[in-house]
Amino acid sequence: MLKILKYSFYDLMRSRWSYVYFAFYLLLGIVLLFLNNDLSKAVITLMNVIIVLVPLIGTIFGVMYYYNSREFTELLLAQPLKRSSIFLGQYLGVALSLSMSLILGLGIPFVFYGLFESSAIWDFSLLLITGTFLTLIFTALAFNIALSNENKIKGFGYAILLWLFLAVIYDGLFLMTLIMFEDYPLDKVSLIGTMLNPIDLSRTLILLKLDISALLGYTGAVFKQFFGTSFGLIVSFSVLIIWVLLPVWRISIKSKKKDF
Amino acid sequence: MVTIQDLHKKFGKNKVLKGVDLHIDQGGIFAVLGPNGSGKTTLIKSVLGMVIPNKGTIEVLGNNIKKSSDYRHQIDYLPQIANFPSNLKVKELIKMIKDLRKDTNEDKRLIELFKLEPFLDKKLGNLSGGTKQKVNLVLTFMFDSPLIILDEPTTGLDPISLIRLKDLIQVEKAKGKTILITSHIMSFVEEVSDEIVFILEGKIYFKGTIQDLKTKTKQPDFEHAIASILTNNHA
Amino acid sequence: MNKLFIFLVAILLAQTNDAQNIEVCSTCPISTLKDAIAQAQDFDTIVIKKGTYKEYNVIVDKPLTIIGEDYPIIDGESKGEIITVISDNVTVDGLFIINVGTSYTEDYAAIRVKNSKNFVIQNLVLEKLFFGIYIEKSRDGKVFHNKIIGDAVEEYNSGNGIQLWYSKNVDIEHNFIQHVRDGIYLEFSHFCTIKNNVSSLNIRYGLHFMFSNDDVYQDNEFSNNGAGVAVMFSKRIKMYNNVFKENWGTASYGVLLKEINDAEIIGNTFEENTIGINIEGSNRIIYKNNDFKNNGWAVKVRGACYTNSFIENNFLYNSFDIAYNSKVNDNVFDRNYWSNYTGYDLDKDGIGDVPYRPVKLFSYIVNRTPETIILLRSMFIDIIDFSEKVSPVFTPDNLMDNNPLIKKNTW
Repeated sequence: MLKILKYSFYDLMRSRWSYVYFAFYLLLGIVLLFLNNDLSKAVITLMNVIIVLVPLIGTIFGVMYYYNSREFTELLLAQPLKRSSIFLGQYLGVALSLSMSLILGLGIPFVFYGLFESSAIWDFSLLLITGTFLTLIFTALAFNIALSNENKIKGFGYAILLWLFLAVIYDGLFLMTLIMFEDYPLDKVSLIGTMLNPIDLSRTLILLKLDISALLGYTGAVFKQFFGTSFGLIVSFSVLIIWVLLPVWRISIKSKKKDF
Repeated sequence: MVTIQDLHKKFGKNKVLKGVDLHIDQGGIFAVLGPNGSGKTTLIKSVLGMVIPNKGTIEVLGNNIKKSSDYRHQIDYLPQIANFPSNLKVKELIKMIKDLRKDTNEDKRLIELFKLEPFLDKKLGNLSGGTKQKVNLVLTFMFDSPLIILDEPTTGLDPISLIRLKDLIQVEKAKGKTILITSHIMSFVEEVSDEIVFILEGKIYFKGTIQDLKTKTKQPDFEHAIASILTNNHA
Repeated sequence: MNKLFIFLVAILLAQTNDAQNIEVCSTCPISTLKDAIAQAQDFDTIVIKKGTYKEYNVIVDKPLTIIGEDYPIIDGESKGEIITVISDNVTVDGLFIINVGTSYTEDYAAIRVKNSKNFVIQNLVLEKLFFGIYIEKSRDGKVFHNKIIGDAVEEYNSGNGIQLWYSKNVDIEHNFIQHVRDGIYLEFSHFCTIKNNVSSLNIRYGLHFMFSNDDVYQDNEFSNNGAGVAVMFSKRIKMYNNVFKENWGTASYGVLLKEINDAEIIGNTFEENTIGINIEGSNRIIYKNNDFKNNGWAVKVRGACYTNSFIENNFLYNSFDIAYNSKVNDNVFDRNYWSNYTGYDLDKDGIGDVPYRPVKLFSYIVNRTPETIILLRSMFIDIIDFSEKVSPVFTPDNLMDNNPLIKKNTW
């Protein structure tokens, strides 16, 4: 698997898309920092970008890589290699190169800006960790979609739909549910609702840092325990890890059963 | 060498293999023939483990292939369409495959044989179909495995390379290897194969030598024999 | 005979010097503060040497200066009030007062000033207290540089650090107050100055104002208090350059303004509070040059608030800038800097070309269904906020800053 990871990674490092992605983040980081000159504002803007764009790019890129690397996959399938290691290797290749573009693209301008002496370093690290998690999760989801759909157009369609659903529609339904049942105690429901969507979960993690003052304004005891202690942080990270493992596990199951 | 029992496979509603029983002994060249969509490639891919059968068992070298994928190391496989990652150089591709399977020195001899030296530093995306097929052949023959499966090996080859391929197949046969071939070029099949396996509508219609086929169909030559099977069954 | 001797000595002393020094120590002739006061003449100075004095109910009934040397300990042994000043012109300086008695019927204080003028209470350290410094119906005094460290846990059985009741013209400066109920509490006290104090980690309010007019407080720091600072039912209060920090909780705010009129709130910093300023029924208040930074809600306006003006403030990275619960707006927002502003400045005059609407639709939703706060910063919320911005339905449509600044205000 590691060898396949290596070749997928090299392959991607050679493709211009990784550079486009890297350059995009580099540019974003530079624009935010040096044109704005305000680290706190930059971190908040970055959060919005990471919550929305990283899943989108992860999904699109994952699906695209899967369909575009069919030849490579076929070549590998012709070799005596384990199915699951072929796909997990490719998955990790994509996910890691995307994560690397993200971390380096944003990290370099921030380091130059003097991040290490800044108090925002924890906020910023949290952003990068969350971004990496989202990349891992959404690339895995994209691979799942692609593995289940031979038709490229369909695969892309489902991928965009998935992103749209988790990034926007889910929150709309969530909000409507909360407002509809506002007479009932909702703090548990709202926390569970958050756990079920990796984008919401990551957003919450960042809220813990950026908006703790507002979050603590709410009375619910469960909320208070969740946001007021390290409990929330631990639970959020655990659930994020589950969110990575589940789709990865399905990639390996699905790839074993698929015909080529 | 390969034993297949009651093999079934369907894709959606389309039943491709409907109970294939086949035994292939060690040594010799076997051609798998059949009209388009008869299930040749599906059969071969089943043996390779790329297609998961709905029903039936396949044994390669005495091992049930469901249990472990280790048997794949005993097979060299030439895929039908030579699709390679286009931004890889030929040299790198060969190096990568060696890295993934095992190291060998056979590749140098094969590169020389197919006159591929000038292309080693070129990207695979820039190669012609024939050259790609030659690279494909190098990748297949550079490992010394007892079972060789060739899916349409002649595609795009020029006459000289075709002769070299035939020679290569004979050399491997002489080593006592088992070679499975699918092809549409009847003359090629007639020339190289010891036995043919004819698949029709998901079943083995005929298995035996070309002579047996001619006798059975009462046709004077191989091509007509095949044609008569098809017309009789589709009429 | 003995009494006569002391009497003669006292007369002698009084005759030779206008103001005498009386020393108190465990081995001195006078070994308690009470004795010293009893024997002192008006305007004498009592010097208390280092040591522990177990005394309570000490009444200072003549104009005296009581000075502690190297912080002598006055231990009330939790029996009641420790020092009560009932005379004018008293100075108490440099004592370490501990163990004030707790009572549910009487407000025992470490030191109480009652019906007095021209008092100075300074350099005291108060610990294990119920009430700390209690100024009652007194005027023209000074409470300076005291350190009050309580151990309050519950509101009902704890007292306030510094309390003023019906007092006037008192300066409260450079005090450090922690872990009491209310750090500083003023009721019916006018023309007082509260300056350079630090009041933090108190159970209820860092500063609490009731029915007190014409007071100034400036350069104070209030942080981590249970509910922040409350200013209620008062007029003409001036609040300058204070820092309100990290007051977190359901009913916590930097400042609570309730029924306040004609106040000036200038140059303050509100940082990381659940609510920066909570305003209820307050009119004609000027908010100028304040920094609102990383608060949950920078300003929450409830109930009728008229003719307030928010001018040249910085609203930086608050989860919500302004929350409003009515559709009517009579307040002015002008030339503020809003970090959430996304407009542009094509004519380069430093003022954004499109007005900024500080009230978001989402703050209404959160107000109605608090659990929805978990959707903060979601893209869906951004979309509905945007649509509300384009055509306001729920928010007052004249509530906007027509001149939002492109760069932070500096002063």
